[in-house]
Amino acid sequence: MTSTDTAPASKGLAVEVHGIVKHYGATKALDGVDLQVRQGTVLGVLGPNGAGKTTLVRVLSTLIKPDAGSATVAGYDVLRQPKQLRRAIGLTGQYASVDELLSGYENLYLIGRLLDLPRKQAKARATELLERFSLTEAAGRPARTYSGGMRRRLDLAASMIGRPRVLYLDEPTTGLDPRTRNEVWHEVQGMVADGATVLLTTQYMEEAEQLADELTVIDRGRVIASGGIAQLKAKVGGQTLQVRPGRADQLPEMVRCLTEAGVPGAAADPSEGLLSVPVTGEEQLTAVVGVLGTRGFAIASIDTRLPSLDEVFLAITGRRSTPDPADRAVAESRPGHGSQDEDQDGHRNKNQAESKNEKEYAA
Amino acid sequence: MSAAVAGPLAAPAARDEARISPAAHLRHIGALTRRNLMRIKADPESMFDALLMPIIFTVLFVYVFGGALSGSQHGYIQYLVPGLLGQTGINLAMAVGTGLNTDFSSGVMDRFRTLPIGRASVLIAKLVAETCRGLVSFVILIGFAMLLGLEVKTGPLEVVAAVALSLVFGSSMVWVSMLLGMSLRSAQAVQGVAMLVIMPLQFGSSTFASPSTMPGWLQAFTKVNPLSALADACRSLFNGGPLAHPVLMVLAWSIGITVVTAPLAVARFRKRT
Ligand SMILES: Nc1ncnc2c1ncn2[C@@H]1O[C@H](COP(=O)(O)OP(=O)(O)O)[C@@H](O)[C@H]1O
Ligand SMILES: [Mg+2]
Repeated sequence: MTSTDTAPASKGLAVEVHGIVKHYGATKALDGVDLQVRQGTVLGVLGPNGAGKTTLVRVLSTLIKPDAGSATVAGYDVLRQPKQLRRAIGLTGQYASVDELLSGYENLYLIGRLLDLPRKQAKARATELLERFSLTEAAGRPARTYSGGMRRRLDLAASMIGRPRVLYLDEPTTGLDPRTRNEVWHEVQGMVADGATVLLTTQYMEEAEQLADELTVIDRGRVIASGGIAQLKAKVGGQTLQVRPGRADQLPEMVRCLTEAGVPGAAADPSEGLLSVPVTGEEQLTAVVGVLGTRGFAIASIDTRLPSLDEVFLAITGRRSTPDPADRAVAESRPGHGSQDEDQDGHRNKNQAESKNEKEYAA
Repeated sequence: MSAAVAGPLAAPAARDEARISPAAHLRHIGALTRRNLMRIKADPESMFDALLMPIIFTVLFVYVFGGALSGSQHGYIQYLVPGLLGQTGINLAMAVGTGLNTDFSSGVMDRFRTLPIGRASVLIAKLVAETCRGLVSFVILIGFAMLLGLEVKTGPLEVVAAVALSLVFGSSMVWVSMLLGMSLRSAQAVQGVAMLVIMPLQFGSSTFASPSTMPGWLQAFTKVNPLSALADACRSLFNGGPLAHPVLMVLAWSIGITVVTAPLAVARFRKRT
């Protein structure tokens, strides 16, 4: 592909965001956000509920206009070239946006047609994506009969139809059970392998670790940290090794041996039956396992745990990530990002705020 | 960037970036209309309104009020049923806004609004599907009324014209309804305001009874009420009678309403979060 496809892209950046501001009444949903996503990479936007993640994604997909700042996606300006931009992006919103009454196949076919694929190609593309997202069997059933995970996959498939250059995934696994979460991760990895640039928002450090090349941590509409995962982890202090001994009564002895062997920080958690050791690198991990092995302790399982979002926040800002409760209520009770308004204290009614704040896209 | 970009699919889209050709607009509207019709098919209960309402109205008014209002049931059928076309049309039209309001909370609209399609396409497709729904209702209403004894004293062409005129006025009201649906907060609010629009138009009209017995101020209202004009026009088209004035008035109202509300509705479509 080809010359026709290249927008005036700059320096291999697929997404460039400068000083984006979006206020809803007194709520500063975005308060001067800068970020960049390099072409072909995955940026994880990590932040608690109410941080402004969804607002950011909606600005970048031309659904709302920012109050200030500028952004380019695939070389197109969000304010001046919304139409061209829409051709280059795919969006999987926080809430599934499939048509419940239509079958999975019809959902995908419709989007293919709206993206100007000829009938045959729209059909082929729908079939191909249903297959890829393991929905072939359910293809003819109305989407309202789908499970949460199937809907998510259908939603992902829908955002892939036009082979977008930039994909936004807004909390793609929030509310999914662990197995389904793994499936979705697998699909996202597949998209990335195909060369898509992805901006992924999440509340889970683990998800960011799985999928992202780089991270931007936002809170209350501001970027509070950004960089590679390794960098951030170094800041936060690495991982915790969790060892479940074959015999719980050996816990104190294991701690003693490790301390003698010069491994610091080993602690027993008798209620969970776990031994936890903070580790900062591979050598330490090997050392711990080595010590336990040579002393002949039986080990039932070993796990490493990443720092949670809360621990990341604590390390970066010195406070917990808990947003104010009103934000949480709003964020969680909105059914689809649409119209229904929750009049939470401190927030203006959504439509009022909207009529004051939303400038119309002249596109 | 490699495979995601490559392939024959992305090429035509990229070449003509901002412009959407008229043919493309038609394709989009076609695809969206198909979706709307499939939704009606998948949820047949949503057709009950369209099917049952005219039937209930006919039976209720002809048998309950017919004798009192015009002396005979037969006479009243000839008077009422042509006017019920407009009445049914406006009821169907005002229900569209409620549906649209609900659509916005489902996230499907977000998807449409991030696709490179004209912003009027989604609304026009809705209008087309609703017109189909209206057409089905009118056919059923007329068929049913004929079973009860309605006579067409003119000819088939006039009946077609009556249906067409009702559809034209109905579509102008669909725009009003869509505008309301996107401007008001909840589906219930939309329904409430829709009732406020419908009630005075319905009962301050010649649909159910001749305005000649009404007080002066109400007569003045019925004279300008487009629903009266539509009822008069349809009656003439079924029974014979003066046509030019009511038909022109219906057309003038329909055009006026559409010209004002359609652009506002389209603007609202992108604006709404
Ligand atoms: N349409 C809106 N009207 C009023 N407040 C809003 C609206 N959308 C978002 N907000 C507020 O902006 C803040 C950021 O919201 P959001 O972007 O949804 O956060 P996140 O996706 O990170 O949970 C929250 O405080 C939220 O309540
Ligand atoms: Mg969100």
